[in-house]
Amino acid sequence: MSKIEIKNVYKIFGDQPSKVLPMVKDGATKEEILEKTGHTVGLDDVSLSIEEGETFVCMGLSGSGKSTLIRHINRLIDPTSGVVSVEGTNVMDLDQKQLIEFRRHKMSMVFQRFGLFPHKTVMENVGYGLEVQGQKPEERNKTAMEKIEAVGLNGFEHQYPNQLSGGMQQRVGLARALATNTDIMLMDEAFSALDPLIRSDMQKQLMDLQSELKKTIVFITHDLDESLRLGDHIGILNGGRLVQVGTPVDIIMNPADEYVTAFVKDVNRAKVIKAKIIMKSANESNGVDKKNLVKVQEDQFIEEFLPQVVCTNANCEVVDKQGNVKGYITNKELQKSLTKS
Amino acid sequence: MVVVAYTTSKYRPESVSILFTDPSWLGNWPKWLDLPLMPFLNEGFDKLIKEYGMFFEGINNFLLGLYTDMKNFMVALPWPVLMISVIVLCYFVSGRNTGTTIMVAFCVFFLGFLSPRYWDKCIMTTCIVVIGMLLCLIIGIPVGIMMARNKKVRNAILPVLDLMQTIPSFCYLIPGILLFGLGAVPAIFAIFVYAVPPLIRLTDLGIRLVDTEVVEAAEAFGASKKQKLWGVQLPLALPNIMQGVNQCTMMSLAMVVIASMIGTRGIGDEVLLGLQQLNVGMATEAGIAIVLLAIIFDRITQSYGEKIQARTHNKKKLIL
Repeated sequence: MSKIEIKNVYKIFGDQPSKVLPMVKDGATKEEILEKTGHTVGLDDVSLSIEEGETFVCMGLSGSGKSTLIRHINRLIDPTSGVVSVEGTNVMDLDQKQLIEFRRHKMSMVFQRFGLFPHKTVMENVGYGLEVQGQKPEERNKTAMEKIEAVGLNGFEHQYPNQLSGGMQQRVGLARALATNTDIMLMDEAFSALDPLIRSDMQKQLMDLQSELKKTIVFITHDLDESLRLGDHIGILNGGRLVQVGTPVDIIMNPADEYVTAFVKDVNRAKVIKAKIIMKSANESNGVDKKNLVKVQEDQFIEEFLPQVVCTNANCEVVDKQGNVKGYITNKELQKSLTKS
Repeated sequence: MVVVAYTTSKYRPESVSILFTDPSWLGNWPKWLDLPLMPFLNEGFDKLIKEYGMFFEGINNFLLGLYTDMKNFMVALPWPVLMISVIVLCYFVSGRNTGTTIMVAFCVFFLGFLSPRYWDKCIMTTCIVVIGMLLCLIIGIPVGIMMARNKKVRNAILPVLDLMQTIPSFCYLIPGILLFGLGAVPAIFAIFVYAVPPLIRLTDLGIRLVDTEVVEAAEAFGASKKQKLWGVQLPLALPNIMQGVNQCTMMSLAMVVIASMIGTRGIGDEVLLGLQQLNVGMATEAGIAIVLLAIIFDRITQSYGEKIQARTHNKKKLIL
């Protein structure tokens, strides 16, 4: 069973969403609906499932409904129709009290503009999730301190958020989400407001944390590079419709429609594709010239070994961590994978 | 409504058919085309006093008791003690701001220095303003919170607030007298009607202006409604609410001067006396005393608001 399951979710914003729903179901586009009824279609028949321990990136431009989608998971927004279930429970079945318990213990959230409490210190901010659960100050300050250290903000625990830079504020946001130790983390354009250097820093920090913690992360972004870097699976939204779901390589190698094609056109493929994806497996490598070989780890990206291959004009031998030969890469595979379709 | 006006009017023509045969009524506004609102309201008001008189008397006795006790206590205090108490209060409330404290101390001293009579009258006025303010706070802030939370409540209350603010203040001095008699209590009633709208509006606005993402964050971490209100919304709305309290104080003071016309004792009747005797000096002197009193109230509430603001929205000091 998937950790999070979203089935046929529609969301229409306006005064009488239920009246407009049949039109949307009949396939009217977002623009038609807006023109005819004045209602805005947020989500249009979105279905996806997110597995435990993976990072699912939801990508789309602004107005594509991605922030709406993530708010359905913890029911900050109610769907017009459809089912959102988390660990098998339908979130729409929860009453007010259960919903509060559910939000306290099942998931935490990181916000685009950080959503920090300006009147609370860093420590109080990080401990907020525990505070609403009713934990005693000593207890929650201990946990909060651990998380503050985990994101590298020691020494700032008694500062107020607006005394910190943007990157540091988002680390507070991250620490706050980690403090409640929930399985699921929702990140709504968490790094979009940060400048590029700090953003890539934060991405690395998130990946490091994730390799330890193995949480289920739903990450929203409008940045393709970010989604390719972080995502185990990527879902691409356009105008409220989910146009493609797949692994980063899937998306780049087989874009589902013109929209996705246009999106991935300028991606540096060498940066995204790993050796194991394009290699010929060892048992079908009869024709490969094995005299001149470069050893390559299976998880290395093409850009990491490409210069070496070009300089020595060699073929690659792909090995796993134990050193077993898994396959080979010749110029032909490299050429095929790097050529834009 | 036109039919009701027609049937109840004593000026109506003998039969409707005259209206068609004699069109002279189209010239000037006919006397029978008159909504009987005044007799209707008067009747209703009489009934209200007859049936709920006990209720209003209860309120009257309570407020009057409160006012008298407070006034007697403050009048009985030796003036230096009272003066020092106000200064000490101001010093701590303003966050140990010496400038504000010196200014307030000067104003307090000058109240008595202007004319010894003013000291006790200012105490009366202060007591009325303080009680009116408390009433405004007790009722205004919860109403503001309810408005911020629920759109329907807001739509219902906004026109009432508009009404309270646009009806000339003399119009509700009269029902005040009928309900509570002459003296301090109708003044408190008038203060409430006149001064509570800005407090309600600013409380409502303050809560709605709290950053939606911050409120969403509180919800996402599972804050209950109560936790959200007390932990996030109210603290962040406090600068606006304090602004409302400040507005409320100033308007209370303005009202209490007008209320002197219905026999409310206090610094306002000095102005009224000056006016009646065409004594320019007297009226001006009393006017200055009112301004001084206003400065005292304003500085104390304002500086308290600023102190809170400094604590919750501390100035951006960038470290990196």
